[in-house]
Amino acid sequence: IMCASAKYNTRGPALIPRMKTKHRIYYITLFSIVLLGLIATGMFQFWPHSIESSSDWTVEKRSIHDVPVVKLPADSPIPERGDLSCRMHTCFDVYRCGFNPKNKIKVYIYSLKKYVDEYGTLVSNTISREYNELLTAISDSEFYTDDVNRACLFVPSIDVLNQNALRIKETAQALAQLSRWDRGTNHLLFNMLPGGPPDYNTALDVPRDRALLAGGGFSTWTYRQGYDVSIPVYSPLSGEVDLPERGPGPRRYFILSSQMALHPEYRLELEALQAENGESVLILDKCTNLSDGVPAVRKRCYKNQVFDYPQVLQESTFCVVLRGARLGQAVLSDVLQAGCVPVIIADSYILPFSEVLDWKRASVVIPEEKMPEMYSILQSIPQRQIEEMQRQARWFWEAYFRSMKAIALATLQIINDRIYPYAAISYEEWNDPPAVKWSSVSNPLFLPLIPPQSQGFTAVVLTYDRVESLFRVITEVSKVPSLSKLLVVWNNQNKNPPEDSLWPKIRVPLKVVRTAENKLSNRFFPYDEIETEAVLAIDDDIIMLTSDELQFGYEVWREFPDRLVGYPGRLHLWDHEMNKWKYESEWTNEVSMVLTGAAFYHKYFNYLYTYKMPGDIKNWVDAHMNCEDIAMNFLVANVTGKSVIKVTPRKKFKCPECTAIDGLSLDQTHMVERSECINKFASVFGTMPLKVVEHRADPVLYKDDFPEKLKSFPNIGSL
Amino acid sequence: MQTRKKYIFLTFLASWLLLFFFGGDQLHRFAFFSGRKAEARRNWPRWTDRTLLKSFADPEELQRDEDPSLLSPRERRAAWLSVYRGSRCRMETCFDFSRCERHGFKVFTYPQERGQPISETYGKILSSIERSRYHTPNPEEACLFILSIDTLDRDHLSGQYVRNVDEKIRGFPLWNGGRNHLIFNLYSGTWPSYTGELGFDIGQAMLAKASFDTQSFRPGFDVSIPLFSKEHPQRGGDRGWLHQDSVPPKKKYLLVFKGKRYLTGIGSGTRNALHHIHNGKDIVSLTTCKHGKDWEKHKDTRCDKDNVDYERFDYQELLHNSTFCIVPRGRRLGSFRFLEALQAACIPVLLSDGWELPFAEAIDWGRAAVVGSERLLLQIPSAVRCIHPERVLAFQQQTQFLWDAYFSSVDKIVHTTLEIIKDRLSPHRSRSRFLWNALPGGLLVLPDFSTHLGDFPFYYLQHGYSPSKKFTAFIRAVSQAGSLSQPILRLIQAVSASQYCAQIVVLWSCEKPPPLSGKWPQSAVPLTIVQGRGKLSDRFFPFEAIQTDAVLSLDGDPSLSTSEVDFAFSVWRSFPERIVGFPTQSHFWDPEQGRWGYTSKWTNELSIVLTAAAFYHRYYHSLFTEYLPAGLRELVDGLAACEDILMNVLVAAVTKLPPIKVTQRKQHKEAAGQQAECRDGAAGTPPPGQRSPSAPRSAPAQLKGTAGSRRFSQRQDCLNQLADWFGYMPLVFSQLRLDPVLFKDQVSVLRKKYPSLEK
Repeated sequence: IMCASAKYNTRGPALIPRMKTKHRIYYITLFSIVLLGLIATGMFQFWPHSIESSSDWTVEKRSIHDVPVVKLPADSPIPERGDLSCRMHTCFDVYRCGFNPKNKIKVYIYSLKKYVDEYGTLVSNTISREYNELLTAISDSEFYTDDVNRACLFVPSIDVLNQNALRIKETAQALAQLSRWDRGTNHLLFNMLPGGPPDYNTALDVPRDRALLAGGGFSTWTYRQGYDVSIPVYSPLSGEVDLPERGPGPRRYFILSSQMALHPEYRLELEALQAENGESVLILDKCTNLSDGVPAVRKRCYKNQVFDYPQVLQESTFCVVLRGARLGQAVLSDVLQAGCVPVIIADSYILPFSEVLDWKRASVVIPEEKMPEMYSILQSIPQRQIEEMQRQARWFWEAYFRSMKAIALATLQIINDRIYPYAAISYEEWNDPPAVKWSSVSNPLFLPLIPPQSQGFTAVVLTYDRVESLFRVITEVSKVPSLSKLLVVWNNQNKNPPEDSLWPKIRVPLKVVRTAENKLSNRFFPYDEIETEAVLAIDDDIIMLTSDELQFGYEVWREFPDRLVGYPGRLHLWDHEMNKWKYESEWTNEVSMVLTGAAFYHKYFNYLYTYKMPGDIKNWVDAHMNCEDIAMNFLVANVTGKSVIKVTPRKKFKCPECTAIDGLSLDQTHMVERSECINKFASVFGTMPLKVVEHRADPVLYKDDFPEKLKSFPNIGSL
Repeated sequence: MQTRKKYIFLTFLASWLLLFFFGGDQLHRFAFFSGRKAEARRNWPRWTDRTLLKSFADPEELQRDEDPSLLSPRERRAAWLSVYRGSRCRMETCFDFSRCERHGFKVFTYPQERGQPISETYGKILSSIERSRYHTPNPEEACLFILSIDTLDRDHLSGQYVRNVDEKIRGFPLWNGGRNHLIFNLYSGTWPSYTGELGFDIGQAMLAKASFDTQSFRPGFDVSIPLFSKEHPQRGGDRGWLHQDSVPPKKKYLLVFKGKRYLTGIGSGTRNALHHIHNGKDIVSLTTCKHGKDWEKHKDTRCDKDNVDYERFDYQELLHNSTFCIVPRGRRLGSFRFLEALQAACIPVLLSDGWELPFAEAIDWGRAAVVGSERLLLQIPSAVRCIHPERVLAFQQQTQFLWDAYFSSVDKIVHTTLEIIKDRLSPHRSRSRFLWNALPGGLLVLPDFSTHLGDFPFYYLQHGYSPSKKFTAFIRAVSQAGSLSQPILRLIQAVSASQYCAQIVVLWSCEKPPPLSGKWPQSAVPLTIVQGRGKLSDRFFPFEAIQTDAVLSLDGDPSLSTSEVDFAFSVWRSFPERIVGFPTQSHFWDPEQGRWGYTSKWTNELSIVLTAAAFYHRYYHSLFTEYLPAGLRELVDGLAACEDILMNVLVAAVTKLPPIKVTQRKQHKEAAGQQAECRDGAAGTPPPGQRSPSAPRSAPAQLKGTAGSRRFSQRQDCLNQLADWFGYMPLVFSQLRLDPVLFKDQVSVLRKKYPSLEK
């Protein structure tokens, strides 16, 4: 089975078989041939791109006047009216879409035709600018296929965006004669202005049988949830007017109404609001005395004052979007573009893309009957929230309203997500503006679980050749009650680990993993041998930690399973003179990192370290043989947004930088290197994820005046 | 040697084949190989005259929208009322909002009539409503009505089917055509078609129904609820089964199903096909033909072998050891299996086309379940194999969150239903989809408190906010004679000296008026005095005067120094959703007496932080006062010294995490008995005799006299009553204390930021 996912290596990096030189040559030849092959394929991968881009030149250069004309006989069949009971499982043929590794539906576009009736009169305008843009966008997208037999979704080139611009019966006949029409199954129609006088239906009146409808202005009675897609009414002003994003903050007006064709009843209610609340409410209307040549659509008036539209929308915090004859209003798009929070007053209206967009974050919906309370309702919204709504409104416009392309692609993505739900785009991806995506974290271990103590932890000791010290560490660690397994990562390729009989006899299983290369990242590989959630990473010279201290560390980790819980703490500081980050190992009142020479963490972070480390950090660490612990601290803090937990008082640790405290010579280069690491990682992550805290964890009764023998962890902090 | 060579060549060959396999797609597109040059991808043409095309609507048309002015909005709404009824009901046409305006969202349950038996399950639903904070015994106040007739089982072949419902409801004077009524239903229709038929006219009532199908579901009006069994607990409910987050999910099976196979009738199509995906290794799909009385009549060739295989596996064992569980439709669309899988953290793979998923108005099921299609059963194995391990882990955790937040008890299911309906009443004060789908869940987030995520303690990290940099000291003042005691003066001074203190709010809970402003100590921060209503639960009332996220709650004159306060506040900023404080206590299970015990002895563990000196988020005041039902607060007002336990229980129930203890300079003189009460017992109006005149927070070891022991036993009672009320014991243990980084380290005090904590 081909999955789009990268399969995790289930074995360690160690397992390249050792072989005799004789065979090596075969393997080398084989390897080079495969490599050559790969390069060749790589080149092929490249070439077709240039062909695709050159396809722009091969597309037909034709005029719309040249498209073939199709005559519709008066008695040609008409599809059934839209079926209100249609749902994906009843009216949609999923077998056409099939299972594919990319989880993308294939969309086919019918070629453009001009339809005329028996008398040769045009059925509709051939195609509008917007519909042409929409079809171009689909054609340029990943969804597009030119092979009608492989298509899952069909888009007719018959333009039904505006119902007023077409003849209903004849358009229906034109649809029915499409080559794959088949009662409209898997056909998608785009409509923005449905209905017509006098009753203004909220869905396209053209009979369309089972076709899906992407419609602007659905009401809850015509919208087939999970089948139709509610889309915006595109505002051509979006393309014409450039409104730069305006920062959040107070604006001149609190409520603004800019629509020209309001029902007098609504206008009366708005004017009552204005009378009550004075100048913070501005109700604009069309201008009556404009000089010639000034487009009426770009001006609004209040008494004698003339305002530029849509610029005036940026002057207000809230902008009213009232229903007209239709529910969907193009003004919604203008309002969002201006970063004004829409106040939507249109009972039963299905908001654009409501299947995926969380409109409560960007708008205020007020029932028509509550219009008189609008002012107090809006007043009750906290300022901070208003600012976020403004940002959110603008983001919705940029992502889903600004062009026909945005509208088309969002529509197709929604349908795609229904067909491949397990590969669907998440709520956050749809809704979070880039600034939020950037500053927020989504913790992969978000469920507050306290792992059962019985699980225990696996100690992973990275070692090279200090066997004596290693054996001491093993003996010490094996005394910890919750230890469930000990894993020695033998990082020395030139020397075999000691024979089995020489190893200390301990009560838990002891496994030795041999690595292929002496790399620091081997310490963080998610070995299958690690069966517990908790991992204790420990250096082969950390012999000074007592069993109580280690057991307590494990207990602390259980309370904070999504954090690094470690013993020696370190700090990063901003060096104002050098204008960069500095590494600090002195006696500080704060910590932001713990050394992984002795630290508990969740095995999940081994996966992250090995497979999801951003940029070239992993290689950089292996190349410099340093800072794997800082990298781990960055990784965990970045993904969880949380600080480390340092446990128990400071001890003398045998580590290069600790010599400074011992009064011996300070290893200056080491400190410089470590500082460099911090700066390097901060630039790769694009931010400084480390969190500084002032606390460490001790047992509840630590240093309390209480009999030592009654304490759970008496032996803490001994030097 | 020869074999080795052979292998090498085979490998070599295989690699080339593989290369072609992967690269082939590109290769055949490559003109050189396929000669398809002339047929390059035919895109949508770039029309030469595309710039001349007209817009789909001219701007005037878009902005004018030609309102016909035929029907005024008011008339249109009136017209809707008569058109959109029955199956087309919506809130705006079939629900009377005006009933909810004066008294808010209140729910009335019809009194139960004698001789009208109701099922155990319906009894639970009714008592959930009666226990909720929305219940009202007065129909005049009610916004929503619940029938006392058991409408859960509307399968007329069932023993619990209630007859003549139509007649009965027409006799109810409050029925009003079903307006503002909510009808619960678990089973509708009967053999063979199992339609949504209820057997009576529901009029304009809303339906909260299990196994809802999307076609008869009235969006924004009905509520789809999950199917749950008779044994489903009233409250509390079992936790989910996920105890560890392992990646990759190391479970024995990938995908399992064990259940009945219908030989005929509705739903048999899907269940008949399930055996096709069984591979006996990581996918186990077992069916049995044995169901009903006459299964042998319909039995087919597979039945006997299937029945044997079926017996070899245990359902519970499969549930526990599988990553994904198939949840196919039964006769009806929903099944018990759905909740069972959810609880077991076995990711449901739904094969139930057209099912309106439970609470889909609020819950984003795409995060916790794989919504498959009955028609694509055979794609399911490859589809679930392709889900990334990280995603699987997220799915598993989400199943547990949803189970615990909305499904684990009848209370939760019913309350979720009510909250969804309440949210519709004022869309601007309702929960966003994000709130429903993030911890701690929609029920625990009150939109009446705020609609801004940053005002809650739960979403700081997810949205990149940080909690406020200042705190409010909230002091409950008790004074013997309307004047201020020395300890309280010292306390105000110590707290106001903290650089993080924004304001001091004093809760004056004696009947005597508070001292004049001149008597209060001068401090750098504003001091506000609020008057309590004389109840113990006052100290957790959401007073408007409290304006910062952090509240430092002080009671009983603890002696705190400024550094202690500063350090504790810096810790709270790291754990804004928890209670962070100084003196702690602990609970334990007493197996001899079969009840919860309570201890204030020095122990190695803690589960309660006394709110006499603790930081917490001010939102918990709102939760305490608005979320907890009145009955619980009355319980607390009646018992002495129970309110802080309730606060701890509440926060633990919300966060599932223990509180945090921070360093304190020296042990608070807890048993000193110096804590004075208002002379005439004005603080609180407990029933006489239940309350000791002076109430020291004493350790049992130091108990002297009956007053102390009575107080102690009251705290123990309180703990047990709360555990009973919540349905489980929410408190969680912690074994740690957070100290300053250099606490008691052997280094010069000059280097230490909080040297005074070590004295």
